[in-house]
Amino acid sequence: MSESDDEAAPVRFPEPVTAPTTTPTRPSGGDETRAVIEFDRVTKVYRTGAIAVAALRGVTLKIKSGEYVAVVGPSGSGKSTLMHILGCLDTPTSGTFHLAGQNVSGMSEEALAEVRNRRIGFVFQQFNLLASMTAWQNVELPLVYAGVHRAERKERALAALAKVGLAGRVQHRPGELSGGQQQRVAVARALVTEPDLILADEPTGNLDSVSADDVLVLMNELHDAGRTLVLITHDLEVASAAGRVIGIRDGLVTEGDKRDLEHVR
Amino acid sequence: MSWLETLRTGLNGIRSHRLRSGLTVLGILIGIAAVILTVGLGEGAQAQVSSDITALGTNLLTVSPGSSTSAGGIRGGFGTASTLTTYDATALGSSTVAPDIKAVAPVTNSEETLTAGTSNWSTSVVGSTPSWIAVRGETVAQGRFLDNQDVSDHEPVVVLGSVTASELFSRVDPVGQTVDVNGLPLTVVGVLNSVGSSTSSSTTADPDDTAIVPISTAAEEIFGGTSRDAVSSIIVQARSSDDLTAAYQEADHELLALHGITTAAGADFTITSEAQALSTATSVDRTLTILLGGVAGISLLVGGIGVMNIMLVSVTERIREIGLRKALGATPRLIRRQFLVEASVLGLTGGALGAGLGIIGAIFLPGAVGDPITISAWAVAGAIVIAMAIGVIFGVYPASRAAHLAPIDALRSE
Repeated sequence: MSESDDEAAPVRFPEPVTAPTTTPTRPSGGDETRAVIEFDRVTKVYRTGAIAVAALRGVTLKIKSGEYVAVVGPSGSGKSTLMHILGCLDTPTSGTFHLAGQNVSGMSEEALAEVRNRRIGFVFQQFNLLASMTAWQNVELPLVYAGVHRAERKERALAALAKVGLAGRVQHRPGELSGGQQQRVAVARALVTEPDLILADEPTGNLDSVSADDVLVLMNELHDAGRTLVLITHDLEVASAAGRVIGIRDGLVTEGDKRDLEHVR
Repeated sequence: MSWLETLRTGLNGIRSHRLRSGLTVLGILIGIAAVILTVGLGEGAQAQVSSDITALGTNLLTVSPGSSTSAGGIRGGFGTASTLTTYDATALGSSTVAPDIKAVAPVTNSEETLTAGTSNWSTSVVGSTPSWIAVRGETVAQGRFLDNQDVSDHEPVVVLGSVTASELFSRVDPVGQTVDVNGLPLTVVGVLNSVGSSTSSSTTADPDDTAIVPISTAAEEIFGGTSRDAVSSIIVQARSSDDLTAAYQEADHELLALHGITTAAGADFTITSEAQALSTATSVDRTLTILLGGVAGISLLVGGIGVMNIMLVSVTERIREIGLRKALGATPRLIRRQFLVEASVLGLTGGALGAGLGIIGAIFLPGAVGDPITISAWAVAGAIVIAMAIGVIFGVYPASRAAHLAPIDALRSE
């Protein structure tokens, strides 16, 4: 889904990058006892005929509950593959992936669908709202698949929309909302199932800077409320909003001090 | 996710592409309406034929003259020879040689112009004997029918069919009036009751438009000709429909003996039954129904392919939606179900509307084409079920394509 992979433009790096000022830094936080994500030597190899391309070459990674993590990397780094595996949209070729203590590496398609529904909230660059439905109908969609009763669904959808500041727009269709508002509807949809992990893939990629800031502030609020967030981006300025930044390049991850983003260069 | 939710999602999918869904429904609608109408037409025709059989009675045989062979050896069709005579009829009427034959009526006929005062009317003039009325199952409305005296004395009398009577005598009582045929004045002694129009293939003319004269009068005074004993046909009435076969054999045997023919192949006459003619008509109707039904079935099949086509387009067009729904937790099974519901709702809608159109057609079409259309509840229910089944069958492939899309490919597509 990541648009950046198709872009020819070089990755933007803010100058200087040593002291991001847009958002106050906060500890990466997190509940030390519980790991939401545990990657153990995860590889992913794509085969196209005789050619095998290793998109991930042994990623070992741990993200704790309540952490706000940015995954940063240029096009072709394996960033999208990492996101797909994190989102249970794809399975690793080898290695194991535990999501909230559950091994999801070898699950069937049906089981993965349920894991996505219960444990993960997605925010996409393209918003991916269904044009024929109103805002609240879009937000309640994951609850429909979770088998939640109608009245409760609506109630929870409206609460989630209120949380993202769109209480007055619940009956609007995506076409009647601005880009920033659409993305906030998408965030509400990601929130509504109370997932273990919110996965945002270039959430600001299609937004102007004001709307992008709105969405990043919203992400911060979610982090403050104790949510586990993984933000995938190629934009270091966006990444600097997170409590922890993981770099990815050539299928391998690099960890480093968040204040010094050198490791992701 | 419950079936109700799936149905709601499916309906939403249909609603968001109104024109396309409408056109798909139209394809099914036309197919179903065509099937219902052709089946109705076939059932109507068969019901008509069987009521005709009952009305005509199944105990009648018609003996027709055989073919003549010209000098060049070319054989004409049946009826080209005048091999049957009034003597044949008399012989068949004897209860000793043919105990299973109840009555016999020799028939001669010709198209003649009848004149009564200033009005004239062309009709089929039939020469026959008193038994004609019983054999044909007709009744007299006014006056009397021919009697034996009329035949033996060559009386110039005539009995008119109801249509002929009203055409010639619109105001006065026809009985006792005089009608001229070929310059011969005939006294009208009776008028027949109307038997109504028949759609039986054996009688194309209106049976009420006729004039019956004694066969002797017809032969001697009206038709003329060289062989005055010849008859056009002999109508034979068996004692009952069960005795029809026996009556057939007796008539066949007797006529072969009378004509001095030893082999059945050399027979110079043919015996047919009304029931036989009607069963031929029935089988023609049935063949036609099957043919039309086949064409209608093909149009239904085309409608089904339309559903498949639209569903495939729909899957391709909504690939991102499918990807998103999968990302949000829709299992392949639920995606398949959603598309199957859409396809079957399209089929069901088309089926219901098509059945409605078929019923409307069945009400208004008979007035235009003159054929009865019988629509049974079974045909309607069957058509709707078939339409829905077509939706499901042609929806299976597109639906499983949607179900097996990889979510990442689906989300990535533009």
